[in-house]
Parts: sequence; C-alpha cells; structure tokens
Amino acid sequence: MILRNTYKPGEWINRKKLINFTFEGEAFTAFEGDTVTSALWAAGQKVLGRSFKYHRPRGVLSLANHDVNILMTDGLDTNIRGDVVEVKDGMTLHAVNTIGGVKKDKNSYVDSISPLLPVGFYYKAFHTPRKLFPFWESMIRKAAGLGVVNFDYPRILKRKRHSHCDLLIIGAGPTGLTAAYEAAKAGLEVTIVDENSHIGGSLSYDYGGNGTLAEQLTELTKKIESLKNITLCTGAYAAGYYPDHLIPIVEAGGITKIRAKAVIVASGAFEQPLVFRYNDLPSVMLGSAAQRLIYRYGVKPCNNGIVFTANDYGYRVALDLLEAGTKVLAIVDLRSGAHGGLHAIEIVKHGVKIYAGHCVYEALATSDKLKLRGAIICAYDDKNSVALTDNKFTIECDGIAMSAGWAPAGALLYQAGTGMQFDYGVQQFVPNRLPDGIFAAGKVNGIFELDQRIRDGARAANDVLNYLGKTSEKSIAEKHNGAAPSHAYPMVPHPKGKNFVDFDEDIQIKDFENAAKEGFDNIELMKRFTTVGMGPSQGKHSNMNAIRILAKIRGLPVEKIGTTTSRPFFHPTPMGHLGGRGFHPHRLTALHDWHEAHGAIFTDVGAWKRAAYYPQVGQTKEEAIQSEALAVRKTAGIIDASSFGKVEVHGTDAAEFLERIFTGKYINQKVGSCRYVMLLDESGVVVDDGIASRLANDFFYLSIGTSNAAAVYREMQRCQQMWQLDIGLVNVTGAFGSINIAGPAARDILAQITELDLSAEAFPISHVRESTVAGVQARLIRVAFVSDMSFELHIPMIQAPQVWSALVEAGKKCHCRPFGIDAQRLLRLEMGHFMPGVDTDGLTNPLEIGAEWAIKMDKAYFIGQRSLSILSKRPLRKQLVAFMLAPDFNGEMPLECNLVIDGTEIKGRVTSISYSKFIDRIIGFAYVAPAKNGIGSNFNIRTDNGSLVSATVVETPFFKNKKEA
Amino acid sequence: MNGIRPLSEFIFGGEYRLTPDQNTSSDAEWAAYVHNRQGAPGDKKEWWYHSPSGTWFIAERNTLTDKVTRTYLLADAKKVAKESK
Repeated sequence: MILRNTYKPGEWINRKKLINFTFEGEAFTAFEGDTVTSALWAAGQKVLGRSFKYHRPRGVLSLANHDVNILMTDGLDTNIRGDVVEVKDGMTLHAVNTIGGVKKDKNSYVDSISPLLPVGFYYKAFHTPRKLFPFWESMIRKAAGLGVVNFDYPRILKRKRHSHCDLLIIGAGPTGLTAAYEAAKAGLEVTIVDENSHIGGSLSYDYGGNGTLAEQLTELTKKIESLKNITLCTGAYAAGYYPDHLIPIVEAGGITKIRAKAVIVASGAFEQPLVFRYNDLPSVMLGSAAQRLIYRYGVKPCNNGIVFTANDYGYRVALDLLEAGTKVLAIVDLRSGAHGGLHAIEIVKHGVKIYAGHCVYEALATSDKLKLRGAIICAYDDKNSVALTDNKFTIECDGIAMSAGWAPAGALLYQAGTGMQFDYGVQQFVPNRLPDGIFAAGKVNGIFELDQRIRDGARAANDVLNYLGKTSEKSIAEKHNGAAPSHAYPMVPHPKGKNFVDFDEDIQIKDFENAAKEGFDNIELMKRFTTVGMGPSQGKHSNMNAIRILAKIRGLPVEKIGTTTSRPFFHPTPMGHLGGRGFHPHRLTALHDWHEAHGAIFTDVGAWKRAAYYPQVGQTKEEAIQSEALAVRKTAGIIDASSFGKVEVHGTDAAEFLERIFTGKYINQKVGSCRYVMLLDESGVVVDDGIASRLANDFFYLSIGTSNAAAVYREMQRCQQMWQLDIGLVNVTGAFGSINIAGPAARDILAQITELDLSAEAFPISHVRESTVAGVQARLIRVAFVSDMSFELHIPMIQAPQVWSALVEAGKKCHCRPFGIDAQRLLRLEMGHFMPGVDTDGLTNPLEIGAEWAIKMDKAYFIGQRSLSILSKRPLRKQLVAFMLAPDFNGEMPLECNLVIDGTEIKGRVTSISYSKFIDRIIGFAYVAPAKNGIGSNFNIRTDNGSLVSATVVETPFFKNKKEA
Repeated sequence: MNGIRPLSEFIFGGEYRLTPDQNTSSDAEWAAYVHNRQGAPGDKKEWWYHSPSGTWFIAERNTLTDKVTRTYLLADAKKVAKESK
C-alpha cells in the first residue's frame, strides 16, 4: 500500500482488519471499509478500467458513485462500481469492457481511429445497404453495452417495505444533519437517507487543510444520535419522486417506499470536471475525489500534483493535498487576478506557485499511454475562453486535481415539479418555485459556505415546521456569500480535441459543435444525437458542461438552453429490486374450497379466481373441457358463476335509468321477466352486456360480466350523479353467489330441491322467479346462455355452498357434473352467443356484431345513441360471423387472433374458435369483410404456420335443440 | 367529502365537460365532443372517484402543478360557481 497515509480520525477504513482480493489476476491487500478503487489506488494501481467507446485507460474521477469507467465483475455479478462498492475478502475482480485486461485492452485501437467515428456515426453509417445491417448489428451489439449478463444469477427475493415519517431528508451532509436535528428537536419524526456508507457528506472530506472540521462532524453526529425520533439510513438513495411525497428508498436489500409529510432535499452538488485535452488520463481527478481519497480512505492521491482550478474550491483542495503529503507543484487558475482568499495566502506560504489566468492546455501521457507524466501550461484568455499558447511550458507531475464548479443534485426536485432558475451569482440552477411540502437546502439550493449551509439546514427545518403548522417563527433565507462556486465556462479548446465532456460516452467539445452543425442544437436533441448524459452516470458530471457549451455555440444565455428532463430512477436500480413478490389482491367465491377439493384448475377472471375445468384422473385439459360440455348437452352440469357483476336498481325511476344506460327498452318490461342489456360507451363501442330481471315495478336486478363489473358499476354511479333520477344503486356482486344449472336434466334435478313450479308454462325462458331452493331464499333466472334449459340461482354468497351441495346430491343419479368457464365458453359458442371483450374489442360497435336487435334507436336517449346514428350511415368495415371448418379438417388448428386473409389483404380475425365434440366440428366466430358475410360464403384464415384454412359462414346456433325447452 | 385520503384510493374519470345537445348538434360537433380532448395543461375541472366510498366528485386541479384547489359534488357545482362570483 505505497500511497497509504497514516491514521487520521474520521476515516472510513478499519486498519485492524486486512482484506485480500485479486484484480485482473494480481493479488492485493486492502483494509476493511476500502472501496475497490481506494484499495487499488493505495497500491499504486492507476489504470482501473477502460472507457466505453474509445477504450481509453481510466482511473479515479469522482469517487462519488459516478466513476462509470470503473466497472468490475466478480464472475457472478457485473457492473460493480469500483469507486463506491466495498471490497470483500476473496473477491476476484476484473474490469468489464476490455479484451485482455485493463493494461493491454485489445480494443484500445478504437482510440486511434476515433477521428473516423464522429458523433452520430452509427446513426448514419449503417442505414444502407439494408442487407448488411444484421452484420453491423451483431458488431455494434458486441461493442455496445457494458459487462455481460450472467444468466445463472441466483434469484434473490428482495423485500419491499412501506414506511411513513413527518419529514424525509435526502442527504446526510452538514445541511441535512442540521435540518434533521432542528426538526427532530421540535418533535417531528425524521428519516434521513444518504447514498454513502457513512454520514457526513462534505464534512467527511472537505477540510481545506483544517482537520478540526472532523471534530465538528463528530459533535453533529452525537447530537443526531441523542434524538430517538431520527432514523438514519446510510447506503440508501432516494430513487425518485412520486405524487404526495412518495419516495422509494433503495438499499442493497430492497426498496422502502416512504411517504413523508414534508421533504427536505439536501442532496448537495456534483463536482464538475474542467474540459481540457487528455483530462481523462488516470490520475487526473476531481478535487473532491482527491479529498475523499485522503480523508475517507487515508490514501495519497499522488506524489507530485498540480491543482487546476476555475474556482476557490481548488485552493482548499491544494491545502488538503499538502496535508496528505503530496508535493503541490502549482495551482493553475483559469481566472486572472487574485483569488482563493486566506487559503491562497497559506498556499503561498507553503511555496506553491499560483498561475492565475492560466490553464492546463494538455495533460501528457507516459509512452505506454497508461499514466500521467506531466501537464502543458499556458496563459488563458478567460473572456474569450481561448488558450494563449505562445509561452507554454511543461510541469512534470503524476496527478492533476481539477475544480471547475458544481451541478446541483436536483433530480428529485425536478421530478417533484420544482421550477429551477439559473442564478448567475453562483453560476448554477437553483430552486425558484418549490411545490408544497418540498424544501431545498445547502449546495443544491446554491448555498456553499459551510456556516451558511448549516444555517440553511436550520432554515429549511423551520420552513417545514411552518408548513406543518408547528411554529410560526419566521425563516430567514440567505444568499451565497463570495465568489461564484462554479465557473461560467471551464473549457480549454484544443485543435486536436480529446478534451472530454462526458466520460461515460467519451464525448468531446467538437462532438457538440458537430451536432449543432447538423441541426441538433436543442438540448434534448443534442443529448440524443451526442448521447451526452445517456451513460450510466446519467450526466451527473457532464450535463452542466454540455449546457454551457451549447449556450456558447448558440450565443444564448444558459437559462435559455434549459435542462433535459429528469426522470426516475435517479440511479441504476437492480431489476431484482423491482421484480419479485407482487401484491395482487384476488377474490374468491364461497365455493372456492369445494372447487379446490375437487381438483379444479383455476384461472384469473378480472379480480376473481374461477374454476377453468376439473380434470378427472388421466384426463387432459381438452378432454376435461369436452366431457364437461358434453354433460351439459346430454344430462346436466353446474357452474359457479358467483363472480358475475350484480347490481340492484331500486326506485320509481329504475326503468328510466336502465333505458338511459342500456340500449334496450325497459319501461314496458313485465315484472317477472328478463331482458338483455347492452352497454355502449359514448362513441358507440360495445362495453358489456348482461341480463336485467324485473323483480318489481321499482326494482331491477342486473347481472353483468365479471371482469368489467367494477368499472360498469362506477359508470352507473357517475351517470346517476349527472341525471339525479329517483333511484338507489347497490353493488351486490360480493353479496350474492350465483350457480347455473344447465342441461336437459336441469329441470328434474332442480325440482327435487325447490317447491317452485319449473314447468315451461309457469316459468318460461327469460323469466325470473323468487323462491326457496334447498332452504335458501333464491332468485331464479332462466337464461339461455349456455343451454336453452338452464336456471341461474342467485343466493346469498355465504349460503352458496349449501345450495351447491344440494344440487350435486340431487344430480348424482343423472351424472350431473360441475363445469368450469372453459366449458362455458365452448357451450355459449355452440349456442352462437358472442361475448363482449372476447368477440369484441375497444373499437367494435354493435352493428358489426349483428346486434341491431338489441338497439332501440327510437328511444329518447341512451349512451352511445348519437354516435350510433352517425355510424349507421356509414358502410360497415367488418362483420362478425359464425363459421365452421370442413368436417374432415385435419390441418393446423387456427387460433384466436389468427387473421382472415383475402388475397393480400387482412379482412379480419378469428375471435373464438374451438372443437365441439357435441357437434363434431371446429366452430368459431370471426370478423370478415361485409361482402363475404352471407351464409355459405367461404373465407381464408391464416394459421400460425402460414397455411391458409378455408372456413364457411354458417347460421347460429350451431345446433338445433330437438326438444322444446 | 371524506377528508384527506391516500392517493391510491382515487380513480381518475377524465375531464368534466358539458355534453352538447344530441338532438341539435351536427355530426361533426358530436364527433368532436366524443373524440377530441383539450390536452393543454392548466386549470381543469375533472371527474374523480373515491373508490372506498363510491363517491364521484368534481376536482378543480391545475394539471401543471398537480395542485387541487377545490372539490365538490356535481350537484353542488352551481352553488360553487355562484360563490366564486
């Protein structure tokens, strides 16, 4: 560990515990708490990874979770971020995105041909000829992407938690910690999250040579720990903002969704690089990265260093480097004149030379191109942003720390809808208009001096207390004191380029100029064309400079350029965190246990679990369905239809309400009879259908489809709000169970358990009766959905098992058996009934499914009436027909959604298709061209394997009942 | 109506719009009403449904700031309009 310094209080490493690991086959030793990067850097290993596009060697940039050129794989996991992930004993690490290791990456030739790969190259080069694109695609796919997905990765279930608090603070730096302390002191439940493994933020590294600041952090930590109503979460980042202050907090173990009454964003700022030629060489790093190495990990960034700065922060960095034992050879300040205040005076005392109005024109690489050997310095015209190269000179060094300024870590503020404004005093976007309950403090708020930030944290806490009505003490907001922390244009142009703006994607200044020349001179377009900010760090170190460059190109002020849209997630979040256990509530009928005990296979219908079929021993699914359907045709079957939507409409205007909602007529409907109901939407599209049973003059009982029931009931409620009729609506879907007994033997079976006269004369089709069945008060409805001979029994849900058992018992003699919804689908198809949602889609109107009989246009009003009157004037585009395949058909079975083809044109599709054992034919519904809808006409269906199958239009029902029902 | 409730209990029901008279409007006017929506952000009157209590109500909301200024039952819409005058 050649660059390791002696112990300093506050460091994050435990020197008593040694860690052994390998990197690219070489053995290394680290301390517990070291990140992969800090351990390697301490050992003098400076090439840690290769860049994405040009495969250039890279080292430390930020050490703050956006060094995306330093991605590792340990064989199991990939894209491990070296700068922040703690190294563990026994790790065998390799850099991703190299062929043959970081030092001899075979792909580094790409760097030498980079002039041949201008921005937009891929977009333009591989369009033509189209024949060759698959070849290029495979090449590009190999080159694109980082790391290799391990398909044997074990499935690890991650927990999902929900949590609440009064105040959520994002960022545990001095600002956030102060805010937390002040708010908690006033009694608020405070949660504070920070992506770092330790709290402290800049108080854990930005000392400007003043080590006593570490003690300040210790004191602040003690104060925080003394309050029980503060929850500290480290190693956790706020991934996004969702309405009503819902913020997912991502940790290694999973996601916690926190809902807070108020949020303080004290997330700080990302330090931004200076842009100069070869600013990407290993050992050229951000000033704050150097400080993090020094104070968090006890690592000396370099032996002989230069500080290249464009703000006063660089002077603090220089003092920290001196503290770490680095020989600081020069401070090169882009700005002319005297800067740095008291720090500058102290630096001069150390004998460090300050070159004001100068720049690092170019960093120099060693002959193997892997390391930094020096820097070319020359004068810089800060007004015109050009280097004056007449008197350039070289300083030999093994490290450059750069400080150009900051970009606010404002992702959550943007997502919450904060209006941001460019503040020229700090050269930064700062919050201007904050949404209710969202507060910003510290660097993200444009406040940089430590004492000011601490006061800003307290101010934000007071704002929160005001917002929550806990105090009325006035808050005093301060403005930043002193010189701008960020430089307006920290770029050094160079004719040979390689001055990198975005290190994720290797984007140089000239790429922006070229993009603008091509017309992509809007920030959103430029982002997409150059891919700036589209790498894994999402522009954390590049977007701000990109905006400044574009502003200069276009001659506009920065605020006119604006920023790109910030979306969740703030940071790449593992798929495993998002996947895994879901929470889908489902509803069970009272008969669920019986179905389960009798081997039912269940399926989801809307929110309900329904029995699909009951396979008997040795039966396939198809066999089970056919034998269930056959039982209904030959003897009888019973089905649990409890999931049907059921609605009661009470009141003197009940019939009027139905007339307005549905397409049919109900005013003259006789008590004791049933009528078909069809619901359209305003554009005339079929939404649902069902049965209205009139139980009294002022009382209708509606049964409607399962999956749409909640939405249909909701729509009825809305209509009632608008119409204010004299009715009451009750959704009794869950209160009533429903059992349908169907088949030739249904009447005889049912007669055994009810006193009601079930004869065709006393109880004809489409009528409703109320009586007791198996001792239970029931509504009996004769519907002909699956069979002409069927009775629907609607009974209180809780008594459904009693009635069901009685039916099963009574039906034993004639082999009555339960059937599931798969058999029901087949049975209704045999009957020739279409089903909304199966045989219709979101564009189908009733004229296309031959439902004119259900539409009473002579009424005053119903939903969709006006639209239908327009539609009826137009020729039909498609029409639903019933069809059969040839009796001897034995080719590939067409499936639902297979297309109906006429020559080269698509005319429609198959909506339902099934083999019917009873009819011994393949039958179905399909949409065809209206010209081909006559009985006996033929049309072609194209199957999945491409063959064409001829089908014949037939009449419905597909069979005739011999016996009178 | 029900005080402040979690967002997840509410279902959006579209913008509240006046329906043209279906007997006097032209086909084009009706089609425009059925198919066109005003998408520009700003202050809107919207239908919202509070699922647990089954209540439809009108919410006045700014779709840019997501700030709800007023909620009331449709039946009270006239009263509300008068008060704000």
